[in-house]
Amino acid sequence: MTDIQATDAASGAGGTAEDDAFRVIEARELCLTFETNDGPVHALSNVDLTVDRGEFVSFIGPSGCGKTTLLRVIADLEKATAGTISVNGMSPEEARRKRAYGYVFQAAALYPWRTIAGNVALPLEIMGLDKAERAERIARNLELVNLSGFERKFPWQLSGGMQQRASIARALAVEPDLLLMDEPFGALDEIVRDHLNEQLNQLWDRTNKTVIFVTHSIPEAVFLSTKIVVMSPRPGRVHDVIDCNLPRERTLDIRETPEFLEIAHRVRDGLRAGHAYDDE
Amino acid sequence: MTMNDVLKSKTFAVGTVVLVLIAIWYFSAVMLNAPFQRELDERAKLSPTTGQFIEATLNQKRPVLPAPHQVAVEIWNTTVEKRITSKRSLVYHGGITLSSTMLGFVMGTVLGVTLAAAIIHVESLERSLMPWIITSQTIPILAIAPMVIVVLNAVGISGLIPKALISTYLSFFPVTVGVVKGLRSPDPMQLDLMRTYSASSFQTFWKLRWPSSIPFLFTSMKIAIAASLVGAIVGELPTGAVAGLGARLLAGSYYGQTVQIWSALLSAAFLAAMLVTIVGFADKAVRRRMGIMQ
Repeated sequence: MTDIQATDAASGAGGTAEDDAFRVIEARELCLTFETNDGPVHALSNVDLTVDRGEFVSFIGPSGCGKTTLLRVIADLEKATAGTISVNGMSPEEARRKRAYGYVFQAAALYPWRTIAGNVALPLEIMGLDKAERAERIARNLELVNLSGFERKFPWQLSGGMQQRASIARALAVEPDLLLMDEPFGALDEIVRDHLNEQLNQLWDRTNKTVIFVTHSIPEAVFLSTKIVVMSPRPGRVHDVIDCNLPRERTLDIRETPEFLEIAHRVRDGLRAGHAYDDE
Repeated sequence: MTMNDVLKSKTFAVGTVVLVLIAIWYFSAVMLNAPFQRELDERAKLSPTTGQFIEATLNQKRPVLPAPHQVAVEIWNTTVEKRITSKRSLVYHGGITLSSTMLGFVMGTVLGVTLAAAIIHVESLERSLMPWIITSQTIPILAIAPMVIVVLNAVGISGLIPKALISTYLSFFPVTVGVVKGLRSPDPMQLDLMRTYSASSFQTFWKLRWPSSIPFLFTSMKIAIAASLVGAIVGELPTGAVAGLGARLLAGSYYGQTVQIWSALLSAAFLAAMLVTIVGFADKAVRRRMGIMQ
């Protein structure tokens, strides 16, 4: 991690703003309250969060802890009701308008009337890229998720895991430095999920993007992350932030190592202390 | 094909229903035409056998209910046996009705889609326009049609346009309602996706909402094209019975030509079935092109 940050700093803004140059997300006392008929629901309460460039940060917690809401605030799909947040030094809205991030949803959300290539082309068409540039980016990003050769297939002709990979390629095609992923593998079976976790780790390692990843699986969070944000519900808040300094390149075998189990144990303790396992 | 396949086939099912309908029709024709036939026989002091009596009821010149074969012969005589340009050709009259049906249908679909697009983009339009759109359909078309014809005639517009406008009036409604639903059918995730790309509402419309609404559009168009035909026929009734299937219906009822009325009616029904089928084929073709499986 450290040497990557050092190289980034050399090419980055440098000087006094050095710290800010790494800072992708900076949230202070962030609150979000939904007004409902049954009274206000505190989805987020006094959340502080910093994410530096190149990090892989997981939000973990039980349902209702605000992990998806926090991701949506970063993506400007929800507005915080109090507190401050910046994305790449801008407001989330500015960041969204500049297409600073790629967002991967819980479901692939591919458009059924577009081929796989057509789906990856969607954001590129919206950005107004020319045909040659689009073709180049489609080919490169489908290759990155191992979907070369499936360009002309329609989504229904692909398995769930392949569809989700196509949606990752679609997010990557925008070429954002920041990837926001909302339980992207939640609907897949464990075997496919393990496989995609390995691929995602390699992808992150190779492209050096910043990833924020929402999950409710402890092994998934520990396997992928450099930092795990443990959240707890009612009100949604950050309970603990656990560093996860396993080697950058990981294989599934790492899950048997004492270091891995130790971190997993700390995450589980954090969830328990945050009343994640209490009866609803 | 085994016996079982035959029993399960669509042709067999449709054929059975047609046979049953024809049987009911013949039976009704005998029953409804019998009183008049009895009167005729009494006047002519005839005492026919049951067989002769039934045959006579099915071959009257102006029956209360013409028998199927009488209608079939009339249709044959006024289509195959007549030149298309002849004023007595059903093909000629059908063509006239078809042209205003199609023009009205196209205008109705365009108007319906335009209204739907406006309604989903401007929230206040739903509240201000929708009640009027719904009210428009509660007014009996028979009351509106003569006024449209007369008013437009007064400003010098006659012929195809007034009839097509009545078709438009009937056909835009199902399209508006269906397409509004279709344009709103993308799920929140698909809309959020467009938001993450900071797509304009124009882009969201063409790349997401419009393709999502296509299945809804075709379902609505099937209803609209049938309504359009009804509109065209109703529009022909007050024109003084010049041409078109509506004119044939009106002329038939003026002169008590029930056979002519029924043959015009059946032709209209056949035309409607064809039009709905064609829209169905177009639906399938478009879906296949879009890669969406049925």
